[in-house]
Amino acid sequence: MSEPVIKCESVYKIFGENAETMLKEANGNVDAKTFQENGCIVGVNNASFEVSKGEMLVVMGLSGSGKSTLLRCISRLTDATGGKIFIEGQDLLNLNNKELIELRRNKMGMVFQSFALLPHKTVVENIAFPLQIKGINTGESINKAMDMVKLVGLDGRENYFPRELSGGQQQRVGIARSLAVEPDIWFLDEPFSALDPLIRKEMQDEFLRLQEKLQKTIMFITHDFDEALKLADRIAIMKDGIIEQLDTPANIVLNPATEYVRKFTEEVPREKVLLIEDVMDSSATENIGNLKVLRDEIIENVAEKILTQEKTVAVIDNNNNIVGSINPTKIINTVFGGRKNNN
Amino acid sequence: MEILKKYPKLFQWLFLLIVFFALCFAIDVPETYKFIRGQAEFVKDPNQSTFVFLGKEVRYYAFDVFWRLPPLLGWLPIWINDSLFFLMNDWMPMEFWNEDTQEYKTRPLVLQITRNLTAFMTFLIELIREILLGGLETIVAFTSWDWIDANPWAELPGLPWTIVAAGSAILAYKLGGRGLAIFAGLAMTYISIFGQWKPSMQTLSFILVAAPLSFIFGLSLGIAAFKSKRVEKALYPILLVMQTMPQYAVLVPALVLFGVGDHAAVIITMIVAVPPMILLTLLGLRAVPPEVIEAGRMSGCNNWQLMFKVLIPTARRDILIGVNQVIMVCFSMAVISAFIGAKGLGFNLLLALNQLNIGLALEAGLCISLIAILLDKMSLAWANKQVDYFGNLNFFQRNKNSLFFGLIMIVGIALAYFGSIYFKDGYNYLFEVPHNKGISTADFWNKGVDWIFDTFFVYIKAFNTWLIVEVLQPMRALYLRMPAIATIVLVVGAGYLIGGTRSALVVCGLTLFIALSPWWDRALVTTYMATFGVIVSCIIGFTVGTLCFQNKHSTKFMLNVCDIFQTFPSFVYLIPVMMLFGITDTSVLIAVIVYATIPATRYTIEGLRSVPSGLHDAATMSGVTKFQRLFKIEFPLAFPHMMLGLNQTIVFALFMVIIGAFIGTEDLGQYILKALSDKKGAGIGLTLGICVAFIGLIFDNLIRTWVDKRKKHLGID
Repeated sequence: MSEPVIKCESVYKIFGENAETMLKEANGNVDAKTFQENGCIVGVNNASFEVSKGEMLVVMGLSGSGKSTLLRCISRLTDATGGKIFIEGQDLLNLNNKELIELRRNKMGMVFQSFALLPHKTVVENIAFPLQIKGINTGESINKAMDMVKLVGLDGRENYFPRELSGGQQQRVGIARSLAVEPDIWFLDEPFSALDPLIRKEMQDEFLRLQEKLQKTIMFITHDFDEALKLADRIAIMKDGIIEQLDTPANIVLNPATEYVRKFTEEVPREKVLLIEDVMDSSATENIGNLKVLRDEIIENVAEKILTQEKTVAVIDNNNNIVGSINPTKIINTVFGGRKNNN
Repeated sequence: MEILKKYPKLFQWLFLLIVFFALCFAIDVPETYKFIRGQAEFVKDPNQSTFVFLGKEVRYYAFDVFWRLPPLLGWLPIWINDSLFFLMNDWMPMEFWNEDTQEYKTRPLVLQITRNLTAFMTFLIELIREILLGGLETIVAFTSWDWIDANPWAELPGLPWTIVAAGSAILAYKLGGRGLAIFAGLAMTYISIFGQWKPSMQTLSFILVAAPLSFIFGLSLGIAAFKSKRVEKALYPILLVMQTMPQYAVLVPALVLFGVGDHAAVIITMIVAVPPMILLTLLGLRAVPPEVIEAGRMSGCNNWQLMFKVLIPTARRDILIGVNQVIMVCFSMAVISAFIGAKGLGFNLLLALNQLNIGLALEAGLCISLIAILLDKMSLAWANKQVDYFGNLNFFQRNKNSLFFGLIMIVGIALAYFGSIYFKDGYNYLFEVPHNKGISTADFWNKGVDWIFDTFFVYIKAFNTWLIVEVLQPMRALYLRMPAIATIVLVVGAGYLIGGTRSALVVCGLTLFIALSPWWDRALVTTYMATFGVIVSCIIGFTVGTLCFQNKHSTKFMLNVCDIFQTFPSFVYLIPVMMLFGITDTSVLIAVIVYATIPATRYTIEGLRSVPSGLHDAATMSGVTKFQRLFKIEFPLAFPHMMLGLNQTIVFALFMVIIGAFIGTEDLGQYILKALSDKKGAGIGLTLGICVAFIGLIFDNLIRTWVDKRKKHLGID
C-alpha cells in the first residue's frame, strides 16, 4: 500500500498557559479533569490515525468534542501541543512558515461552516482569491475561477456579492474557492451544518458527485451522524478530544466499540448503512436460487428483490464469482430485529 | 419599606444624594471666596499662599480644604513648559550639516528633528498648493533661489480653475457616477465664481496632505496595536484622553514644537485625527470573523497578504468610518489651526468672525462645508467602487476618463490663454477669480442680519435676558456653590454604585486631578455649560429621533441630515448663532445644543432600530398599542445604545463649549485661548486640555460601565 496522505501519531492539543509542561509531566496519560483543575483545556487527546489517498474520513462528534480542533491541527491553523503529523510524508510541525504557505497554496483546500467568504469580493473574485494569492495574474485566475463557478453550478451569478446569495449558494462559492488551486487534500469543517435540511441533502448529493469526479483525499467534520454515514469511507467518532472509534460505517453500526458510540447507532436504519457482505453467510454457498446480488450493494437497495424470493440468494463479487449467500430471513432480521438483539 | 427591598439600588442612590446635599449645606461659602475672572488678578496678591515643589513656586488663594482643594498640581503646567523648552533648546546638542551655509552647526536634537519634519510637511503642502495655484517654492526645494533668479521661466504655473473644476467632476464621475459629478462641478464652480478660489485651494492642499498622512499613520498604528498586545496597552490611555481632548488644547504645545504655519497645522491635525482612526481600525480588525482569517490562511496567504487582502478589506466598513472621521477632523482643524497661522478658508472665517462680518464668515463657512461634503462623498464612493472584469473594452473606452481629462486640460489652457487676452484689466477670470472680484453675497447677509436684529431685537433680547438671568446665572451659581468635597463624594459615589470599586477609583483619580489643578472653578463653569447643552440636546435629540423612527422615510432622511451636519466643521456652527444672538453665552449654548443634538438624534434612531424585529412581532401579537410598544419594549431595549449617544453628546458638547471661548465664555476654554497667545502657555494649554478631557472621561467611564452592565443584563451584544 502506498504512503498515507495524512498520518497522525498521538496528536495532542491542549489549551492553556503551561500546556506543554503539563503534557510532558502527564507522560502520555492525559486526563481531562486534572488538566482542567490546572487551568488547561484538552482539545485533542492522543489522536492517531491515517488517511490514504482518495479516502474520505468523516470525523463525527458533538460540539466541544474537539473535532474542529483536530482539523485545525492537521491544517496547522493551530499548532498541536504534542505528537506528530505527516502530510504526504512531510513532517507538518517542522515546516517553517514559508514551506507551510507553499503547502497550503498547492496541496490544501478548506471549506468552513460559516462559509468565510470575503464580503468585499464578488463570487468570481472570491474563487480566484487563492490563485491570485499564489501570484497568478488576474486574467488567468479569473478564467480558472469561472471554470470553478461552472463546476459548482453558479454560472450567471459570478458577479454577485456573497451577501446577495443564499446560504447554499454561498457554500458553493466556499467549495469552489477551496477547489480552485486543485488541492490534493480537502478539509471540510461542518460545511453543511448551517444549511436548511433540504438544501443540506442537495449539497450532500452534489458533494458526492464532485468527489466521484475529483477523488480527493478528504477530512470531513460533522456533528450529524446520518451525514457521516451517508458520505464516509471511514468514520472517526470523537468525544472529549478522544477518538472513541475509527472504522467503516458498517462496522460502527454492527460493532460499536463503546457505550457512547452505541447510543449513536441505536436509531440508525441498518438497511441504509449495511452492505450485503456485512450480513451474508460466506460458508453456505449451496441450495441457492437464480437471483444474484453484488456483495457491495446497500441492503435497502436490494431488500425488496431478495424478500420476494423464497430461496436463499447468491452473493457475487464484481467478477461474478459466488462468495456467499443470504436468505430473506436474514434481511428481515436485519431490518426489524436488529435492535432487539442488541438489547 | 417594601419599595426599598425591591429596589436596593434606589436606596443607595438616595443615600448618596442625601450625603451630597448635607455636605453642600454644611459647608459655607468662605467669605474671601470669589470667582477669579482673570489670571492677572492673582499675580501679586498679599493674601495668597505659596508652596514650592520641584523648584516651581505655586501661588494660590487658600480656602478651607472642604470648600476648594489647594492647587497641589499647580507646578505641573510650569514644569511641562520648562521641560518642553529644555527639550527644544538645550537637550542633546549635536552637530548637523547645513546645506545652505555649507558648514556644521550645533543644534539640539529635538529642534533638529522638528525642523526637518516641518520642512518635509511644508514641502508636501507647497507641492500640492503650487500644482493648484502656481508658485516657486517646489522648484526652489530642488534647486536654489539663485537658480530661480537665473532661470526666471521656471515656475509652476498653477491650474486654471476651469481645469480643476472639470477634473474633479470627472474624478467624481469615475468614482460615484453622474450625481456626484454634477455636485462636484457645481461646488467647484460656486467656489470660483464667489471669489473663494485661492483660500479654498489652500485649504484643500492642507487637507490633501493631512488626511492621507493621518489615514496612513492611523491605519499602521491600528494594525500594530492589533498585532501586539503591548502596543495596544501603551496606546490605549493616549487614545482615551485624545478622544475627549479639545482640539484647541493641542495647538499650544505644538506651537512650541513646530512653530507657526501650515506645517504645524498639518502635524496637529495628525495628532488629533490619528487616534479615532486607530480606534476604528482596531475595532474593525477585531470584528473580522475567525473563520475568514482561517480561510485566508488556508488560501496560502502570508502575513502581509492576510493583512492587506483579507483583514483590512473585510474590516472595510469600520475603516471607512475612520476615514470619514479623519476627513471631518481635518476640516474642523483647518479652521481651528488658523489660530496658529494656517492659511486658507479657516483664516478668512476667523478673520470675518473677529470683525463680526457675518456675511463673509458665512461664505467662507459654506465653502468649507461644500469641500468637506464633496471629499466625504468621494472617499465613500471610492471605497465602494467595483471592478468589471468581463467588460470587453477597446482602448478608447478603457481610457475615456484620462482622455477626457487631457481634452479638458487643453481646452482649459486655451480658455485661460484666451482670457489673458480678453480681460484687459489685469484679472484673468478664466484662470482664477481673485478674492475680492467674485460675486459676494456678504452684503446681502449682513443686511439680513441687521434686518433681523432691527426687527426682532426686542424679542431676541428679551429671550436672551430671560435665559441668562432666570436660567443660566442661577445654574452657574449652583455649580460654583458646590464644595469640592461634596462634588468628589457625589462623583465617586456614583462611580461606586455603577461600577464598583474599580470604577470609583478611576473616577476619583480623574476628579482629583481637576480638583488639584488651579482651575477647579473654571472646570465647574465648563461642566455647567456642557450640562445645560447636553440636557437640552438630549431632550430634542431623543424626541426628534423617536418621532422620526415612526416612519421609514423620515428615519432615512434624519440619518442623512445627521450625516451632513456632522461633516460641517464645528466652527461653522458659531456663524448663524452669532448672527442671531451676538456675543453672549446664549450664542455659545445654542451652538452647543445644535452641535450636540446630532449624536443624540442619531443614536436614538440607531438604538430603536437595533431592537430585534422578532420582539416587535411578539409585542404586536400580545396586543400592545403603539405607545405601549414604545415604552415597554423599544425604549428599555434601545436605552443602552441611547446612553452611548448621551456619551457622544457630552463629548460634542464639551468640544463646542471650549470652542465657544472664541465668542467669550468664562470657562477652561478661555484660558486655553489665552495660553495660545502666551509665550509660556504650552504647559498651561496642555494641562487645561487634560482637565477638559478628564471631565469627558469621568462621564465616559460612568456611562460606559453602566451600558456594559445593562447590556449584559439584557443579553444584547
